[in-house]
Amino acid sequence: MKILKTLLVTAAISTALMANMAHAENKKIALVVKALGIGFFEAANKGAQEAAKELGDVEIIYTGPTTTTAEGQIEVINALIAQKVDAIAVSANDTDALVPALKKAQDRGIKVISWDSGVAKDGRALHLNPSSSPLIGNMIIKLAADNLPEGGDVAVLSATATSTNQNVWIEEMTKVLPNYKGINVVATVYGDDLADKSYRETQGLIQKYPNLKAIIAPTSVGIVAAAQAVTDAGKIGQINVTGLGLPSEMAAHVKSGASKSFAIWNPIDLGYSAAMLSYDLINGAEAKPGAELKMGRMGTLKLDDNNEGAMADPFIYDASNVEEFAKIF
Amino acid sequence: MISVEQTARYVPDRLKSPAARWVKSWESLLIVVALAIFITNSFASPYFLDPWNLSDASFNFTEKALIAFAMALVIISGEIDLSVAAIIALTSTAMGYAAQAGFDTPMLVAIGLATGLGCGAINGLLVTGLGLPSIVVTIGTMSLFRGTSFIILGDQAFTSYPASFAYFGQGYVWWVFSFELALFVVAAIVYGLLLHKTNFGRAVYAIGNNATAALFSGIRVGRIKFILFLLTGLMAGMASICLTSRLGSTRPSIALGWELEVVTMVVLGGVNILGGSGSIPGVVLAALIMGMVTFGFGLLNVPGIVMSIFIGLLLILVIALPIVYGRLSRRWARSAA
Repeated sequence: MKILKTLLVTAAISTALMANMAHAENKKIALVVKALGIGFFEAANKGAQEAAKELGDVEIIYTGPTTTTAEGQIEVINALIAQKVDAIAVSANDTDALVPALKKAQDRGIKVISWDSGVAKDGRALHLNPSSSPLIGNMIIKLAADNLPEGGDVAVLSATATSTNQNVWIEEMTKVLPNYKGINVVATVYGDDLADKSYRETQGLIQKYPNLKAIIAPTSVGIVAAAQAVTDAGKIGQINVTGLGLPSEMAAHVKSGASKSFAIWNPIDLGYSAAMLSYDLINGAEAKPGAELKMGRMGTLKLDDNNEGAMADPFIYDASNVEEFAKIF
Repeated sequence: MISVEQTARYVPDRLKSPAARWVKSWESLLIVVALAIFITNSFASPYFLDPWNLSDASFNFTEKALIAFAMALVIISGEIDLSVAAIIALTSTAMGYAAQAGFDTPMLVAIGLATGLGCGAINGLLVTGLGLPSIVVTIGTMSLFRGTSFIILGDQAFTSYPASFAYFGQGYVWWVFSFELALFVVAAIVYGLLLHKTNFGRAVYAIGNNATAALFSGIRVGRIKFILFLLTGLMAGMASICLTSRLGSTRPSIALGWELEVVTMVVLGGVNILGGSGSIPGVVLAALIMGMVTFGFGLLNVPGIVMSIFIGLLLILVIALPIVYGRLSRRWARSAA
């Protein structure tokens, strides 16, 4: 009885595999994520599947470890090497620890790219950043300016004074500020990425600058706290809170009108682009500084000296789409 | 008057033959399971039966198995060490720190083994010196060791290892046989001999079955337990050298959650979690089974969570089977008599 069962199971599995083998001519692109079961990555998979559909001869293998560990990702990568996939596109749990395993993959003829969270240069052909500092800097001021046709005072609520990312973005924003006529940045305050401190700093801004029209918070903690402070002060409609935030946390504030729009990368586009770039490399495109690689509907990716490239402007979320994305991340 | 109903008790008139005992042993059950998984995997994926692929897959279990051998002895003696993964982290941090300071490979290995031994000594002293329960002590030192490496490293990583250091985790002794696989085989033999062929090994069983009786039989219970914690620390240090070398870098989150995988391996190998029984061949088979399941499922791109569920079911199954079988056979024997 037991033997019979085992045989049946084996037979079933082998038949299932035979069926898979029929599509053996398909290019296999593995989308390796930090861990399975995270909305952001499920959305990226959706994008990769879209790319596969568009390309036709591509099969996406969506996989990753159960917990966000480098060791788990290495086990997954070893299994992918053994399957002789054509490309691996990985969002890494560890910049350095994956390098030996990915080097081995490259030695065996597998194209490797990293996206979202990068791998050190030796371990991949290229890295796909969701956006770039100049693009983000421009986007956050644009979001404020778009709702202020007559100009006005805006303030920045940042993370900590030493946060590298935020400082670079604010610097880039200052560079493009002259392009936005009539917009005055009156102050930059720091909420230290703490909800209560960000809330109090926002209250301070509201009291100090009665003509304040917008608050830009390029941090997901700050933007929520600022929107809450504006709501509590009864300033909805008078002060627009914008910046970088997560749809799931911002959906309510967009609905109430405290925030007209905000931005963050779109995981669907990111997965789509990662699959497209992998396909380019499989088909012989070379990843070298200055090269421009095709990403289907997302345009082209231009590589810098580190073989890194920025996908696009941060994606804008407003009342029309925030509900849909709030379910994802 | 109390009337006691007398039931016929089944008393065998002779012991079962060694062959019959072997057939019904845990190890033979594991061999069957291992073979079944091996055959299923070979049918399920065309990539499974490839020497290089199998060699790559062996890295899934070799490091954990190194610790599992020492852990098996600790558990047989009735104790447990949950700090092993944290020892890996601290050892790796110590080696990374030394590598940054410019030390070369032999020195790094020495530092790695010494740090592992040191951690094991702390555990051993707390358990045997102060008489604290090992589960509490090692949960404490688990946070202590990993916490220390978090303080040293923060969100940074040590990556400046010398090129020759890569041999332990990426080098091959001969053809597809990696250094780690060779180390696994050697460690299996050493621990097999230690547990099954020496006085020390007999003492470990004695302590696990009844520590008080062992003490009154002249076994130095405290000293032997201390040595067992030292060995676990040493093996964790050894595993840390292999893992660090394989990753080529150190982060404080290295080997996170491995203590449970090691304990799973030991229990799956037939070691009684309450102490007193178990064998090294069983642990070897359990390591092979866990490695093959992880790799086989990986080849089929089965999500990791399904893998964990499968390992969990396997664990319950192999533990339940002999018990269920024992009950049934007793019932049959009774009804036959």
